[in-house]
Amino acid sequence: MTGTGEQVLFWVLGPISVLAALGLLFAKKAVHAAIGMALVMINLGVFYIANQADFLGIIQIFVYTGAVMMLFLFVLMLVGVDSSDSLVETLKGQKVASLLLALGLAVMVFLAIGKVAFPPMKGLDSVNAGTGNVTGVANLIFGQYVWVFEITSALLITAALGAMVLAHRERIGERPSQRTWSERRIRENRNVAGLPAPGVYARHNAVDTPALLPDGTPSQLSVSRVLSAREQVITPVRHVESEHDIEHEIEEGRDR
Amino acid sequence: MSSLAFAAEAVTGIPHLAAAVPGADNPHADFSDTPWWLSLVKALLVFVFLLVNTLVVIWFERRVIGRMQQRPGPNRTGPFGLLQTLADGIKLALKEDLTPKNADKVVFALAPMIAGAMAFVSFAIIPMGPMVSMFGHRTPLQLTDTPVAVLLVLAVAGVGVYGIVLAGWSSGSTYPLLGGLRSTAQVISYEIAMGLALVAIFLYSGSMSTSQIVYSQRDLWYILPAFFSFLVYVVTMVGETNRLPFDLAEGEGELTGGFHTEYSSLKFAMFFLGEYVNMFTVSALATTMFLGGWQAPPGIAAINDGMFNHGWWGLLWFVIKLWLFMFFFVWLRGSLPRVRYDQFMRFGWKFLIPVTLAWVVAVAFIRGAQLGYFGNSSVGLAGREFPVATLIIVGLIAALALAVTWVWEGKQAEKQAAAEAQLPEEIDPFAGGYPVPPLPGQRLREPSLAIEKESNRA
Repeated sequence: MTGTGEQVLFWVLGPISVLAALGLLFAKKAVHAAIGMALVMINLGVFYIANQADFLGIIQIFVYTGAVMMLFLFVLMLVGVDSSDSLVETLKGQKVASLLLALGLAVMVFLAIGKVAFPPMKGLDSVNAGTGNVTGVANLIFGQYVWVFEITSALLITAALGAMVLAHRERIGERPSQRTWSERRIRENRNVAGLPAPGVYARHNAVDTPALLPDGTPSQLSVSRVLSAREQVITPVRHVESEHDIEHEIEEGRDR
Repeated sequence: MSSLAFAAEAVTGIPHLAAAVPGADNPHADFSDTPWWLSLVKALLVFVFLLVNTLVVIWFERRVIGRMQQRPGPNRTGPFGLLQTLADGIKLALKEDLTPKNADKVVFALAPMIAGAMAFVSFAIIPMGPMVSMFGHRTPLQLTDTPVAVLLVLAVAGVGVYGIVLAGWSSGSTYPLLGGLRSTAQVISYEIAMGLALVAIFLYSGSMSTSQIVYSQRDLWYILPAFFSFLVYVVTMVGETNRLPFDLAEGEGELTGGFHTEYSSLKFAMFFLGEYVNMFTVSALATTMFLGGWQAPPGIAAINDGMFNHGWWGLLWFVIKLWLFMFFFVWLRGSLPRVRYDQFMRFGWKFLIPVTLAWVVAVAFIRGAQLGYFGNSSVGLAGREFPVATLIIVGLIAALALAVTWVWEGKQAEKQAAAEAQLPEEIDPFAGGYPVPPLPGQRLREPSLAIEKESNRA
């Protein structure tokens, strides 16, 4: 029978795993979903360890924490830092259909599991004490199932290479070095001394502050294109106006 | 039996060999006389050991770095300034706890908890001594051990990084985010090299259980046969703990404070504590894997029939070895500048990982020869038996390493010669339309000679 400790562990971690899995489905922010996924994977690893499969459990945690970390990076790099789900339905009737299908699957799985009659548990005690846990797994992987294992690994490597080939971009010319850039600037006689640096005002010197030209207009060349595209460039008007206010206050104070 | 399974046995032949040593990967430490309350006591002791050591090491670090920079370091609070860390800790705890407006509140609070808690977990599998008597029970000075103990350290380190990454993301600010991303990349790339370096030890000891690894080093510490693994591990352990010269996730020169820029008070203290406890964990693992764990150093071990290898003496040797690594950490911080990020990544991916892979293959061959897979003849030298196959393989590897360095050095020399040969001796300062000063070793073209040449040609 299952020991008391294992039962307590199951009833504590089981609900947590289910909640985390639901969080993966329903979390609005992609990063929260990734955290839920990591939690599910760690709990699975703990369950394996509780079932005496030490190696499997630790590897589960080791591999999947790294994998979810990659997912996390993809979220940040491809979707954006503050990404959240859009709740607009792109396919008509998709929600109802998927809900029905999911319900059908759940009913089927529950019926199937309900019918299963488990034989008495063997446990891994004798194998762990005799052969050893890691050696036992190694015997299976590199003995009986070596071909399955090798073919799977070949498949994975092919997939990885395929992804690299698909994503690879051949560079046609040579990459311009800093020297080439400077030579080109001088030859074309435009911005010979480099682009203007961002501005320094009395209260601001960040990169989103454009430099001011002699006539007082902001120079768009001095801020990054990306910032201009995102409309995150600060206008100098605010500072000019506040300067006026400050001067006004100083004068007022002098008169008082 | 299917033909696939049959072919598998024919190819590997491993099923017959594995049966030779039953249960060799299981822990060597015997926990049969350890009741559950004693495990609790040991867990508490490990916790207190780590906290006290952290308090001391922060003082130690500041004092040693002070000496290295020719100043005294903290010396006012308590004898020799020993209570300085305690005072600093109390001050830190009493500071205002700020949460930025843009922060993701839950994750922002969760991150330091993960970082702080995970740091303590790994120390559970570190063997700090041999069997001792505790409260009337014979028990090893180790909280627990499993057949996959060393992998557990790596797995827990992998979870611990979530603390740093989530801290970076949840702060809702640019510098922490950059610090968190750097930390992700750093850990993923350096954990591979670290794991590969440890594989050599697993091959030598035939186990991943820490007590078994210590036991199998009773004859020879693994720092000698696996010297290269040791070097790689030392590099990667500094990378894993975010310490100088690899503290790119914090990098105060470029990222203010990196991932913990927005943290204050106790939440910051959690990160601080986690970093120092992590230093102890990786140092303890290095001690266990390469320096014979709690075993006495060679000369002392021979005194009085191994008297110093029994009982509580083990704790002394363990702590001494641990603190040697701590001194090394401090020494590094006192002498090296921070590495540039792209160089750090290139070093990890393009040097450490491939070279360590090659090393693992080499160790596999050496082990194969030692276990008699390539014949059993051996030569006796200075009282030890060396199998001929081992000697041949070691010789081959050494020759290969020499050849590779020779070719590489030749190429480097060629490259350097090519880079130096490009400078012409004489330049015309006005050739490009703008006046250009000569580089060191160059002469300006003599205008009168040039004019003469032109007129001659005409």
